[in-house]
Amino acid sequence: MPSPRILIKDHSAEANLFARRTFIGLLVVFVMIAMVLTNLYYLQISRFEDYQTRADGNRIKVLPVAPNRGLIYDRNGILLAENRPVFSLQVIPEEIDDLELTINTLSILLDIDKEDVSDFYRDLKGTRRFKPVNLINRLKPKEVALFSAQQHKYPGISVEARLARYYPYGSALTHVIGYVAKINKKDLQKLSEAGFEANYAATYDIGKRGIEKYHEEKLHGKVGFQEVEVNNQGRIIRILDFSPPAPGQDIVLNIDMELQQEAEKAFAGMKGSVVAIDPRDGGVLALYSSPSYDPNLFVHGISSKNYKKLLTTDRPLFNRATQGQYPPASTVKPLLALTGLEAKVITPESRIYDVGKYKLKNVEREWRDHNPWGHGWVDVTKAIEVSCDIFFYDLAYKLGIDRISESMYEFGFGDYTGIDLHEEADGIMPSRGIVKALFNLPWYIGDTINIGIGQSYWTATPVQLTQSIVTLVNRGRRIIPQIIRGNMQKDKVVVQAIKERRPIAIKDEHNWDIVLDAMYGTVNRKGSARNAFKGTNYTSAGKTGTAQLVSIAADEKYDASKLSKKNHDNAMYVGYAPYDKPQIVLSVVLENAGHGGAQAAPIARKMMDNYFKDQTFPEHQVIEYLGQELEELKLTQTELKPVVAQP
Amino acid sequence: MLRMKLDSHSRSFWNRIHCDGTLLLGLLVLMVVGLATIYSAGGQDIALIQRQCTRLALALGVMLVVAQIPPMAYQKLSVYFYVIGIAMLIAVLVVGVSSKGAQRWLDLGFFRFQPSEIMKLAVPMMVAWYISRFNLPPRTWHILIGFVLVAIPTLLIARQPDLGTSLLIACSGVFALFLAGMSWRFISFVAVAASAFTPIMWIFLMQDYQKQRVLTFLNPESDPLGSGYHIIQSQIAIGSGGAQGKGWLQGTQSQLEFLPERHTDFIFAVFSEEFGFWGVVGLLAIYAFIVMRGMLIAVKAQDAFSKILAGSITLTFFVYVFVNMGMVSGILPVVGVPLPLVSYGGTSMVTLLAGFGILMAISTQRRIVSRE
Repeated sequence: MPSPRILIKDHSAEANLFARRTFIGLLVVFVMIAMVLTNLYYLQISRFEDYQTRADGNRIKVLPVAPNRGLIYDRNGILLAENRPVFSLQVIPEEIDDLELTINTLSILLDIDKEDVSDFYRDLKGTRRFKPVNLINRLKPKEVALFSAQQHKYPGISVEARLARYYPYGSALTHVIGYVAKINKKDLQKLSEAGFEANYAATYDIGKRGIEKYHEEKLHGKVGFQEVEVNNQGRIIRILDFSPPAPGQDIVLNIDMELQQEAEKAFAGMKGSVVAIDPRDGGVLALYSSPSYDPNLFVHGISSKNYKKLLTTDRPLFNRATQGQYPPASTVKPLLALTGLEAKVITPESRIYDVGKYKLKNVEREWRDHNPWGHGWVDVTKAIEVSCDIFFYDLAYKLGIDRISESMYEFGFGDYTGIDLHEEADGIMPSRGIVKALFNLPWYIGDTINIGIGQSYWTATPVQLTQSIVTLVNRGRRIIPQIIRGNMQKDKVVVQAIKERRPIAIKDEHNWDIVLDAMYGTVNRKGSARNAFKGTNYTSAGKTGTAQLVSIAADEKYDASKLSKKNHDNAMYVGYAPYDKPQIVLSVVLENAGHGGAQAAPIARKMMDNYFKDQTFPEHQVIEYLGQELEELKLTQTELKPVVAQP
Repeated sequence: MLRMKLDSHSRSFWNRIHCDGTLLLGLLVLMVVGLATIYSAGGQDIALIQRQCTRLALALGVMLVVAQIPPMAYQKLSVYFYVIGIAMLIAVLVVGVSSKGAQRWLDLGFFRFQPSEIMKLAVPMMVAWYISRFNLPPRTWHILIGFVLVAIPTLLIARQPDLGTSLLIACSGVFALFLAGMSWRFISFVAVAASAFTPIMWIFLMQDYQKQRVLTFLNPESDPLGSGYHIIQSQIAIGSGGAQGKGWLQGTQSQLEFLPERHTDFIFAVFSEEFGFWGVVGLLAIYAFIVMRGMLIAVKAQDAFSKILAGSITLTFFVYVFVNMGMVSGILPVVGVPLPLVSYGGTSMVTLLAGFGILMAISTQRRIVSRE
């Protein structure tokens, strides 16, 4: 190796070289400074607004505040659904040293079950340590008092109150009001599809059934917001802004709570339903389905034990008044009679001689009357009063299914009534097309005969039945039944407008008089409901019905003792009062109870008595039948043969 | 003007204590800015400020002590420093203490330190010593040996693994070679070789977490809650500062703790958020002032060793600044490099001020045979 030190160094050349290099180095430094500044200019000047928004997005959180749900009143201002505070015990984990020990000491004071504790530890995992976690979801009032007195001993544990729905009348109104319960995944999906998700951001419960569901939008209100500044942990540092929620609309129902309670009382233990409607405005005065259940059970999540109890064969969850589809039986005879009169298939004077049997030419089968000996000479009035089957077999035969179907569809059969409940069935108003579509069966002439007494494929819901009588007493004016009466605004009810459909065209007013008079006769003359309404201070009119649930062979007799209970006849009644200016129309269906006049009419009587208890009416003289007496025409013994259809 | 005043009034005093007043002024201003920002970033914690002050005082003390040693002595000690440093780096790999997945510490019983800190000064010293023995500009052969001198500690530190520090140490060595007059042809060759080396480094040398950092740097939004979180939050802090800044103690990103590593590596984001673009311009002006002063000292230095060493220390100092700011503002991948003299933290500060001590020694201790 040569000597590393070169003795003669060219210092000035070296210095120049170094100065050049230093200059280049400085140049590079300034280029780097320019790079940093360019980038900073881009971030802080060009994109300032973008980053400012993002910084605000970091620190400003908008917390939704739930609105108070609207209250529900009956037509007389009785509170039917209210909001009551419920108390929960909350734990802030970070403020507690030994969670297990604290829970153990608490359980001496309060009722904490194992499920509460396991739920608590599950929720704890997904929550920030400074956020409260529920330990007990519902504290009893006594426990609230007990804990409040000792709260100072438990830092980090507090009682929290929120408002939850309470239904003071419990099971009496369940099928009308329904209930609210915790929003589930399905509800959330529906809300987001409808674009209402944001409005429910803080809401705990949502209407699940009944009015609570149907009028959810009205009752819910508008969410409020609290704008807060949070740190990176989500802890609230301060409140920046608050816009209060708009509470839900208080609503008033057409329901008359006293009448509703009378219905509950009248049904005690029996299965069935009653629907009462004010024919003047379509307001639903009472709607009761028996058996019922306590809606309050659902508000806080029903236990599986309690839920199983509701899944009995009696099906309390099922709203019989709007979802029960029953053969309408004889209750539709007045409507069929009207159809016959308006179609001029019969006249008020047309009559048949009923010996209890009906035959078609060339058809083996015989149709029988519920009275095995027949009713003798029967015109349309008597046919309705005594519910003569033979007359209506013949009428149906003469009208034909097509005309019946069309007319009954106008009375609302086979279609939703439009009542403000989502729990509604549409029933079946049979026609050739519908029977083909639903059952893939041809229409037989025998089916038409059975239609004459409201049987065959024909099914109707109690609310449909009531609505058809409303249309009848309103002489073709078709008012849609409504449970809601209107909004409560500053102690005043803003009544909503009557909803109507296209009315039925009247051909001859007299035909309607004939039919309504016959329903009057059913109750007031020698009709099938005369016993039930003896001695009322109001005059009523109606029609009984007894729906056969199994077909009885021609040579058999209906014997309830031989049939299992679920195949017993349904007892039905439709009626209205007062006769001259109807204020209430109702239908009663009693499942497997037997005869309409004997079983269902008395319930209708109780309801009407209750409804008119505060009204007085002038003394009433029975209006006698104005037509010609039928008994005058005597027949010889040989003429006593079944009514045979005249083609 | 202030510098002029210092120069005219008390040159003798500053010279006597071997302290470059101008440089000291720049450093002190920077430290004050740092303390103010730490106070804001640390949630107005006075204890934090006290600890930082203690460190600064200690580091300034070290700087003054280092400044007393004549540059000739450094030239003579360079080789020993370097060899001892290499020995300790090997020791670290064999018996070092692990922390956070990397083996960087040497435990001497009474205290722990990182040998890589020594190398931050030992490498430029060694290269400067070696290269200044020959006539400048150096021959290719000497440059190659210079690169080997740089490569040995670089690779040893990269093995710990501490890629950030190893690259910065490599920089300090390469700067020395550059300042010594490495030919432009060689520089282009090194540039080509370095770009060819990149894929090799990616495949063989880099750890997964390092690769992840680079990937995150290229696209921070790909993992906004994971490794991209730092960069995103940092950019939000800087960007939302705007031209004027939100004001001291008013930065929402820092005060509400959205920004990670607020008072250490990411303090530049806090500064940018609270003092805005114009504040950053001012801060860069202070750094530029220090760099220019350092380069002036280098140019004025009496011998090649001093020139090369002073220039290398100054440039490396700025590279730290650039890497930190680039990392925080998202133009460079995240490497754990603090913002010199502003970030809270100790070890690197002592090394840094020791470096400035050498600069001061070069600036103030001149042999009688000065050409000036």
